[in-house]
Amino acid sequence: MSDGLPPRVPKADAAGKSPLLEVRHLKKYFPIYKGVLRKLVNQVRAVDDVSLFVREGETLGLVGESGCGKTTVSRCILRAIDPTSGEILFREADDKVTNLAALDRSELRRFRPQMQMIFQDPFGSLNPRMTIFEIVSEPLYVNGMRSKTEREDHVAELLRLVGLRTEYMARYPHAFSGGQRQRIGIARALALNPRLVVADEPVSALDVSVQAQVLNLMLDLQQKLNLTYLFVAHDLSVVKHISDRVCVMYVGKLVEMATTEELFQAPRHPYTAALMMAVPRPDPSSRDIIQDLPGEVASPANPPSGCYFHPRCQFATEVCRTQTPELREITPDHFVSCHRAEELHLAGIKVNQETQI
Amino acid sequence: MVTQTHPLVKPASDLTREPLLRVEDLKAYFFMDEGIVRAVDGVSFDVMPGKVVGIVGESGCGKSVTMKAILQILEAGAKIVNGKVTLRSRIHHGDPNSAEELIELTHLHPNSRQMRRIRGAEIALIPQEPMAAFSPVHTVGNQIMETILLHQDVSKKEARRISIDVFRAVGISMPEQRIDSYSWQLSGGLRQRAIIAMALSCNPRLLIADEPTTAIDVTTQAQILKLLRKLQEERQTSIIFITHDLGVIAQMADEVVVMYLGMVMEKGSAMKIFKDAQHPYTQALLRSIPSVQSHPRVKLPTIAGSIAHPFNRPKGCPFHPRCTHFMRGVCDASQPHLVEVDEDHFVSCFLYSEADGTKKMNKTDAAPAKEESL
Repeated sequence: MSDGLPPRVPKADAAGKSPLLEVRHLKKYFPIYKGVLRKLVNQVRAVDDVSLFVREGETLGLVGESGCGKTTVSRCILRAIDPTSGEILFREADDKVTNLAALDRSELRRFRPQMQMIFQDPFGSLNPRMTIFEIVSEPLYVNGMRSKTEREDHVAELLRLVGLRTEYMARYPHAFSGGQRQRIGIARALALNPRLVVADEPVSALDVSVQAQVLNLMLDLQQKLNLTYLFVAHDLSVVKHISDRVCVMYVGKLVEMATTEELFQAPRHPYTAALMMAVPRPDPSSRDIIQDLPGEVASPANPPSGCYFHPRCQFATEVCRTQTPELREITPDHFVSCHRAEELHLAGIKVNQETQI
Repeated sequence: MVTQTHPLVKPASDLTREPLLRVEDLKAYFFMDEGIVRAVDGVSFDVMPGKVVGIVGESGCGKSVTMKAILQILEAGAKIVNGKVTLRSRIHHGDPNSAEELIELTHLHPNSRQMRRIRGAEIALIPQEPMAAFSPVHTVGNQIMETILLHQDVSKKEARRISIDVFRAVGISMPEQRIDSYSWQLSGGLRQRAIIAMALSCNPRLLIADEPTTAIDVTTQAQILKLLRKLQEERQTSIIFITHDLGVIAQMADEVVVMYLGMVMEKGSAMKIFKDAQHPYTQALLRSIPSVQSHPRVKLPTIAGSIAHPFNRPKGCPFHPRCTHFMRGVCDASQPHLVEVDEDHFVSCFLYSEADGTKKMNKTDAAPAKEESL
């Protein structure tokens, strides 16, 4: 395998620092066993050679359809599951870079507080038998804050930060609505002052009128606390709304990574373009733009040869059927894995002047 | 207007401009130990032949219960307490040109022979969860054939042929083989197509699609929406399209009904609702959705608060605690009625005069959407 990694130079931020998180050639295969002897018959390539990076203080959106491996990537980064191979480089406050993929459980403990997660389901992710105080203060207790008054002060501060009243501390999760529960989940994630917050579909379970509140809160908190987000979602409009840069995944592979505006206005990968055309616009006067992509998402257990997208791609040529494209940087900060990226001119989404605020 | 009560035969020519389905002041309540949940509280709308009516609303707004009340498949404990649902039904289901009669569905017993004849043959349902809708122990073909055999006078062989035809019509490749597969062998998109095939198998004139694309991916969703639109144009089927996704509604619906906590807030043509929304709730909802066309990383205007719990619904207008145009003593005192503000455009809000639908002068008129507070 040739080095598909983007060159190091453009990755450093303005201050010349390396990214907060860099993932290199991450792979996660899930085995499929069969028969009494549990013979290994196949592997699901949930994440198949993904490389990406997140700069400090930015939001990286990760989009893709179900089964594309976006959740698996986020869980591997947090080491909730163990990657099959690859490197997860995390830069600590003192600029020391550590490969998390190589650490064992006890060595990881030091990194856990620095990386936290916001979960998708606000109903499943809060223990119904614990009060809000217990839920939010648990990470504090585990990490050595034993005094109850100290924890109470800290929890009160966190609840205020996410826009909840501090009197709610003694209540149980059932007393809260979906949006409030998601705020509780955010308060818990922020309890230990993490440097990286992984949010896995944080608003997809919420009603539309509440989604905007939670998204605004996340933007606010990022400014106040200089947080770095990895924002995983399937909804392109939500991802566009919150991200500085966006990665698009398809069947375990990263197909494109670019700044949000560039990705949406000038996508270079046919899948990204098709994905954007498939989003229904809330505008009845432009109805004919629903364009569909033929066929079905390929199975990660049995992916097609060459570029995984070629059976559905209208621009596919012979080289797409035989060779797997590598992720490469075609313009500064714009990475694409497509053989024909330079020659294709794909339509993006124009920013609607009416909706400008 | 229909004033007669029981089934009545009218010549078809008189009915061409009449709605296929008319829902008038429908109320369906859940009677529970903890109290009464007024899930649907006075909903009225018409479905014209060959048109798509979109019902849009957030969770708990009663959109699914409305659909269940129309089909009379409400859960135990729920009852239709008021209202009329009138359907123009064909006397002979197999014959598209057969004479029509007006049937009041609310007068029929849920288990009556007539109601059962209507479900599937006249009004078909596309449920939300394609995985849960099919039985995993029967082949999809057998389940579709069951519907056909129940409603049409055909042989088993004939029913199989019809099933294969509808499979082909919904764009399933290799229908002869796929018809003998089980639902769990099909992918999400194929399963949704199979459900649509099942709903279409008896050639219904009204399809109720309850969040048909919520469980599937965007690229598959685009395929399914395109398919539904094509089938609707070819067969002139009317569709009631229930969803919370404003984008899907904008792409599919001719008429839009906006619901909030069991009541209709606003209804009108899709153009009017999206371009010229009058109700504060519709306006706020349209403003608060992130769009792929908007600028990244700008704050969205939000709707303050959250949807009220069904047990303690606010008095008066259900939206008043979250409304930026709230008028003390008016909005929290009584419920507004739908007033016609424009041709075929109805709004239920005290900002509009009940007499002539003109907008009243209001001090809070241009108030910007408040930032969130909980």
